Amino acid sequence: MENQLYTISVFTENQVSLLHQISMIFSRRCLNIESLSVSACSIPGVHKFTITCKSTRPMMEHVVKQIEKRIEVIKAFLHTDDEIVFQEVALFKVPTSSVLESGKIEDIIRQNGARVLEIQPEYTIFEKTGHTSEIKLLFDKLKPLGLRQFVRSGRVAVTKATQELVDEYLERQEKRKASIDNKE
Amino acid sequence: MSDKLKGCEILMRALMDQGVDLVFGYPGGQIMPVYDSLYDHSDHIRHYLARHEQGAIHAAEGYARASGKTGVVIATSGPGAMNLITGLNDALMDSTPIVAITGQVPSSLLGKDAFQESDVVSVTLPITKWSIQVRTADEIAPAIAKAFYIANSGRPGPVVLDISKDAQIGLSEYVPTRCNFIRSYDPDPAISEDKLREAAEIINSAKRPMILAGHGVTIARAENELSELAEKAEIPVACTMLGLSALPSSHPLNKGLLGMHGNLGPNINTNKADVIIAIGMRFDDRVTGDTKKYAPEAKIIHIDIDASEFDKTVRSHVHIHANAKSALSRLIPLIAATSHKEWLGSFLRHEKVENERVKNQELHPTNDDGKMHMGEVVDRVSEAFGNDAILVTDVGQNQMFSVRYFKFSSPRSCISSGGLGTMGFGLPAAIGAKIAVPQREVVLFAGDGGLQMTIEELGMIMEYNVGVKIILLNNNFLGNVRQWQELFFNSRYSATPMINPDFVVLARAYGIAGEDVAHRDNLPEAIERMKNHRGAYILNVNIEEMGMIFPMTPGGHGVDEILLNSTEYYKPV
Repeated sequence: MENQLYTISVFTENQVSLLHQISMIFSRRCLNIESLSVSACSIPGVHKFTITCKSTRPMMEHVVKQIEKRIEVIKAFLHTDDEIVFQEVALFKVPTSSVLESGKIEDIIRQNGARVLEIQPEYTIFEKTGHTSEIKLLFDKLKPLGLRQFVRSGRVAVTKATQELVDEYLERQEKRKASIDNKE
Repeated sequence: MSDKLKGCEILMRALMDQGVDLVFGYPGGQIMPVYDSLYDHSDHIRHYLARHEQGAIHAAEGYARASGKTGVVIATSGPGAMNLITGLNDALMDSTPIVAITGQVPSSLLGKDAFQESDVVSVTLPITKWSIQVRTADEIAPAIAKAFYIANSGRPGPVVLDISKDAQIGLSEYVPTRCNFIRSYDPDPAISEDKLREAAEIINSAKRPMILAGHGVTIARAENELSELAEKAEIPVACTMLGLSALPSSHPLNKGLLGMHGNLGPNINTNKADVIIAIGMRFDDRVTGDTKKYAPEAKIIHIDIDASEFDKTVRSHVHIHANAKSALSRLIPLIAATSHKEWLGSFLRHEKVENERVKNQELHPTNDDGKMHMGEVVDRVSEAFGNDAILVTDVGQNQMFSVRYFKFSSPRSCISSGGLGTMGFGLPAAIGAKIAVPQREVVLFAGDGGLQMTIEELGMIMEYNVGVKIILLNNNFLGNVRQWQELFFNSRYSATPMINPDFVVLARAYGIAGEDVAHRDNLPEAIERMKNHRGAYILNVNIEEMGMIFPMTPGGHGVDEILLNSTEYYKPV
């Protein structure tokens, strides 16, 4: 079966050791995480991990279930690229002199949709958000100018569904809690 | 404030509120405040001192498996906690509810390579259901409530609470805490009516249905539902090793053991069945053999409380995500009463071959040197105890022969290390089981290899008068590995012969009675003496060295590719 890039979103409680609990599920199966991004999501107390990984669908389905099995993991979902809208952000530090000499600054901003975050006599910092391939295009353009630093974030993604996928689960759990409380 | 208590005292009260009346453990520096509190509460919480932390956790596992209650084990930081690792992994694989409490260095020293500091949470996360560190006294009561809830709900498993020394001696108020809900965890999923109906439809139109009963039946106490379903639709039942005592051995629909050394009927018929109802089992590779050749004709209905088991190794057609008891009690009313005479008859043919080609030789061997076969010993002991003792096994040939030839009448009677295959599990697990159900006979079968891995726990038997009957199937070999060497490594017996001590003398040093049984003629009387002896007893049985366990599905083969002996595959007619 062919390897493909999958995106996994994981909703967890905001607690110590969750990263370890999730990453060990990949390392045990010798799966390399391509990118990882973690932060608080819109639901209070809930964190969202966005992970990309190249593997087969059955393996990724298995991994998602293993992740979800961890006690503090609320819910985990598997997506292909067509099911989500996703983005990365990259920062580029280039010597100001070489940018000016190249005469490409308008092109960089217009053609590549980059923004300038800072200009100093020594360096200029560009920011580019987009898909991996778009960032790669700008990277290739800036490399010859003497790129001094480059950093790229992990992927962040939202689904094309109308609401956060975890909401339904949390609502069900609230009902379950109410029925447990009633029994007592 | 005067009503503030030390963390270690809070721990005692929280344990008692969970109904804990006994714990297994071993003291050490960073857990001393807890042991000091145990001293105050010895009337209510009995502490069983193991001789090694591994013994303590296996004893807790045996206790949990025999009783269904959560086993508690206490150890110190560093080496104490690390010695629990094997047991934690064992308990995870075999869904055994354990709460392990470990001492930890003071929180100010964490991460600084303090004396006897181990990163217990990181090390145990992959081999536990839940693992957490507690650094203040006021976290202790909620953590204990959560730990017991997690350990013994849903699919049970081991939980670690790593309590720093300052949390043990810090002051807080004790607020009795219960836990019956965790937002991110659903141990009681709603059962889909559609899935039930779909499953019932498949079962009702089955011509050759078969039930595979696993440990989940025992854990959910669904034994009655299992027999009710089987009887209503006349469905033959085959058991995984840990599912064995879910249905009495004598039940006419009990067709025996699945897997590598299982019975011919259920293994062959797995690949003939048109419907398989898998209940609380996980299609382990020792059960399925090569999954590409597994159950090609069957629609599989998989009932499990752990959703991550669905389609893990074997794809199934209907998933019922629920515990065995809730699922079966909802399913049974939808099942039509029917019969499958011809299909049941097909099991008899294979049974007959197995009797003639394997069982008879094993149960009634004719060698005249008097050395015994493991199977005959297991059979005689089982019968002497009315086929109603609790069987505990170690791992290896002793285990395979025990589970093949021991007979069960009551639930929760088969305790063995299934998933992890932990040598050394047997002796401490038998001790824990006997402590859990002292009114029942507990019979341990162990090999000379595995027994010596945790033989220090004879000390527990001595100190607490634990009346387990130990049958040492002694062939002076690591028999299972030796068998594989004979079959697959040109009889090159690398590191499998063993020079052994005099086990009866060793047991006597611990005040445990016993005897050597050198010749088969002496076996029945020896078993009688063991049975009639009040208290622990060891029978050191002289087993012929070259014994092999058959039938056998070699690794990587299909479930119906079965060796009857070293050279001959079974060819059903």
